[in-house]
Amino acid sequence: MKLTVWTYEGPPHVGAMRVATGMTGLHYVLHAPQGDTYADLLFTMIERRNHRPPVTYTTFQARDLGSDTANLFKSACQDAYDRFKPEAILVGASCTAELIQDDPGGMAENMGLDVPVIALELPSYQRKENYGADETFFQLVRALARPVEKTPQISCNLIGPTALGFRHRDDIDELSGLLSDMGISVNVVAPMGSTPSDIKRLGAAHFNVLMYPETGETAARWMERDLGLPFTKVVPIGVGATRDFLNEVSQITGLSPFVDDSRLRLPWYSASVDSTYLTGKRVFIFGDGTHAITAARIARDEMGFEVVGIGCYNREMARPVRALAKSFGLDALITDDYLEVERCIEDLSPEMILGTQMERHIGKRLGIPCAVISAPVHVQDFPSRYSPQMGFEGANVIFDTWVHPLVMGLEEHLLHMFRDDFEFNDEAGPSHHGGHAAQRAPSVKTMDIVPAEIKETKDVSLEMVWLTDAEKELKKIPFFVRGKARRNTETYALAQGVYKISVDTLYEAKAHYAR
Amino acid sequence: MLEPNPTSCSNAPILKERGQREVFCGLTSIIWLHRKMQDAFFLVVGSRTCAHLLQSAAGVMIFAEPRFGTAILEETDLAGLADAQQELDREVERLLSRRPDIRQLFLVGSCPSEVIKLDLAKAAQRLSKIYAPSVRVLNFTGSGIETTFTQGEDECLSSMVPSLNESPDKQLLVVGALPDVVEDQMRNLLAAMGIDSVSVLPASSVKQEVTVGKKTVFAATQPFLGETHSALERRGARHLPAPFPFGADGTTAWLKVIADEFSVSDARFEQVVSAPCARAKKAIAQASKVLDGKSVFFFPDSQLEIPLARFLITECGMSAIEIGAPFIHKGLVGPDLGLIPEGPVLSEGQDVDLQLDRVLKARPDLTVCGLGLANPLEAKGLTTKWAIELVFTPVHFYEQAGDLAGLFSRPLRRRAVLSREAAE
Repeated sequence: MKLTVWTYEGPPHVGAMRVATGMTGLHYVLHAPQGDTYADLLFTMIERRNHRPPVTYTTFQARDLGSDTANLFKSACQDAYDRFKPEAILVGASCTAELIQDDPGGMAENMGLDVPVIALELPSYQRKENYGADETFFQLVRALARPVEKTPQISCNLIGPTALGFRHRDDIDELSGLLSDMGISVNVVAPMGSTPSDIKRLGAAHFNVLMYPETGETAARWMERDLGLPFTKVVPIGVGATRDFLNEVSQITGLSPFVDDSRLRLPWYSASVDSTYLTGKRVFIFGDGTHAITAARIARDEMGFEVVGIGCYNREMARPVRALAKSFGLDALITDDYLEVERCIEDLSPEMILGTQMERHIGKRLGIPCAVISAPVHVQDFPSRYSPQMGFEGANVIFDTWVHPLVMGLEEHLLHMFRDDFEFNDEAGPSHHGGHAAQRAPSVKTMDIVPAEIKETKDVSLEMVWLTDAEKELKKIPFFVRGKARRNTETYALAQGVYKISVDTLYEAKAHYAR
Repeated sequence: MLEPNPTSCSNAPILKERGQREVFCGLTSIIWLHRKMQDAFFLVVGSRTCAHLLQSAAGVMIFAEPRFGTAILEETDLAGLADAQQELDREVERLLSRRPDIRQLFLVGSCPSEVIKLDLAKAAQRLSKIYAPSVRVLNFTGSGIETTFTQGEDECLSSMVPSLNESPDKQLLVVGALPDVVEDQMRNLLAAMGIDSVSVLPASSVKQEVTVGKKTVFAATQPFLGETHSALERRGARHLPAPFPFGADGTTAWLKVIADEFSVSDARFEQVVSAPCARAKKAIAQASKVLDGKSVFFFPDSQLEIPLARFLITECGMSAIEIGAPFIHKGLVGPDLGLIPEGPVLSEGQDVDLQLDRVLKARPDLTVCGLGLANPLEAKGLTTKWAIELVFTPVHFYEQAGDLAGLFSRPLRRRAVLSREAAE
């Protein structure tokens, strides 16, 4: 038993729904109690889908448990088949139905339906959403895909995008364009946008582009082995990764990796002098493994940030994330415990967070700017405009998205210079964001008159003490660097064996860390 | 004033359907209960699905340090490798040491905990002994196999009834969680009539004692409190059946039943309600201009459907095509049913595919439905109001009557505004 407040991933059957909802001509019959239909709203509300997910739930209740839940499943399955006429049916159980052991797979297979029935065994008490999507797609491919004649031109499949994926819709377009520039056509995009018939002709492609290892890797590995389709290992998020990806595709196909990159703006935007203030910004990165890994490279090599922490919530990606963290001289944070992530961010006090919907809320609470780089995401992360993460346009989007939450360069200087201006001060937040009132917090004033002995708060170690004047001086530093200043000063003081931090200590530390 | 309709829906046949039910489970009630009861923590004993539901159901995540969480059952709990009761004790200890401000802990049963027959009543008793007197531990079910959406609140409140202290005095007990601002308005109205001994279940903290006894009369502000109704009757309290306090007329009728019970003179009653009632009518008239003459179709969601349909029909000039409810408790919604003229289909339970067929055929002007159905129906050209907002928004009593009408009129006004833009 483990206490959870917020979860990064839903249960595995939600992963199966992401596959089914991304496709057409497929129907998922889910043995589940009343209430599990909540999952529909993830798709209709968060992703604003204009149709119901193709899922029939048996919605059994307590009174059914005493009688016959198995028949309830059979009639739901038959009704779904009659009404929706799918090309193939997925059947499975949610966590509660798994406990009553009705064997939906076995029942559905014996119903004599004239379409393929694919039974899913998703262990709800061990695994999670990404596993559910990956396993479901793998089972679909294994059941339907067979060796077929290759397309005459070089073509590939785009593997991994699902419903409710972070920017999957636009990543598909961006990659299709890049590949087309290389002279490669797209055979099938799956699961999102495909039908069961499309799955049957996956083997017509010459290779697979594995867009999202989280949801497509098992299927990609099976196709490599059973259909002879090699797959790409580089996920093209960021400038460097996109170029590596093009080279990888070039090695597979023998085609030239040089494509028109005239619309790529990230490198120049990052080199232009206005971006100087980005140098060495301390960032914390957290998300699914794939997005965290790609973000780290962009952050360090393309934006000039300092990565101070990195982690992922999906244990399946722990190994590569740990390896990457090591190469950055860091320990990876592998956890799906929201409170642990929050504690880690609080300890590191970064200047910016690159995270998920959860970290956005942590950032809001701690007053740290945050840009979203990974699922889980909320409705505002499904923008109506084209905004991929992959490819050259993805890099441009990432530059804009990551810079937006920060205070702009010259504004940052002005805040340092005129920090007591009653209208223009650090409490007001970045001036290009609305909704901040430029009021001086009265709490600051009351704190100033608290007697010194109470004011001596203990930090870092039991002996470390901030003297009143030093604490006051710290308050004059704008909020977006205050955390760093406090931390640097304490680290410096500790190294010097100083346990009472004075104004002098603060400025000695500032001089010590000057860059 | 509302008069019972001689040709009302009171005895109309009810279409009972069994099929896929597109409704939330009772755990969803925790989303508002944990804000209402400020010293309570709701610990769901369930699966990852339960945790995922809780963070998804409200449409937004409430990150203001939630007073709820899920103890997720794992493989070891199910295989009997770990003693689930011991595991629960450990998690509760951790939780209470982290949150010393908690005075009431609710262990909330879920589908998986009920299927594996994890005895949460026993756990609550044991934990109560350990943590008394500082923390009271109770249990109720919010599972989908036992409860639908708002029935979670019903289960929660009814779990509190047996432990309420006995009171020999004549008093009014109002049951149902209301937003604080609305509860204050209600108390002010009752106080103005001279009814002072009023308590509300649930109270916002254990410090506000709620009592019950033979001389207690109770009024419900929510129609989904069937179990609580029975539990209070078992304690000797007497129910005051009334239409629910939605809109100007509904509020007046609800207050009148209480006023009569406490022998408030007509003159005093008039004096208290006339101004707010007139204000409410004005506000409704303003907001319901676009509702007048339009048709409405309710999908089952919160059990608020019948009282809300009554409001839309008798106060906003609408007609109902179908009023679906997950469960119809005539002891509670009877007075509202008696005010709805014959005509609409009354349905209980659901077969969502068949109901969707009916709504698409009827093409009502406004469809009240859950979040899973709203956008798909909008895409088919229907105008929808998502039902969950009716549970999360202050809608009771006079001062909210205009807002309530506004919740229904806004989707219609929006559609009109957008189509005008598109036509230009």
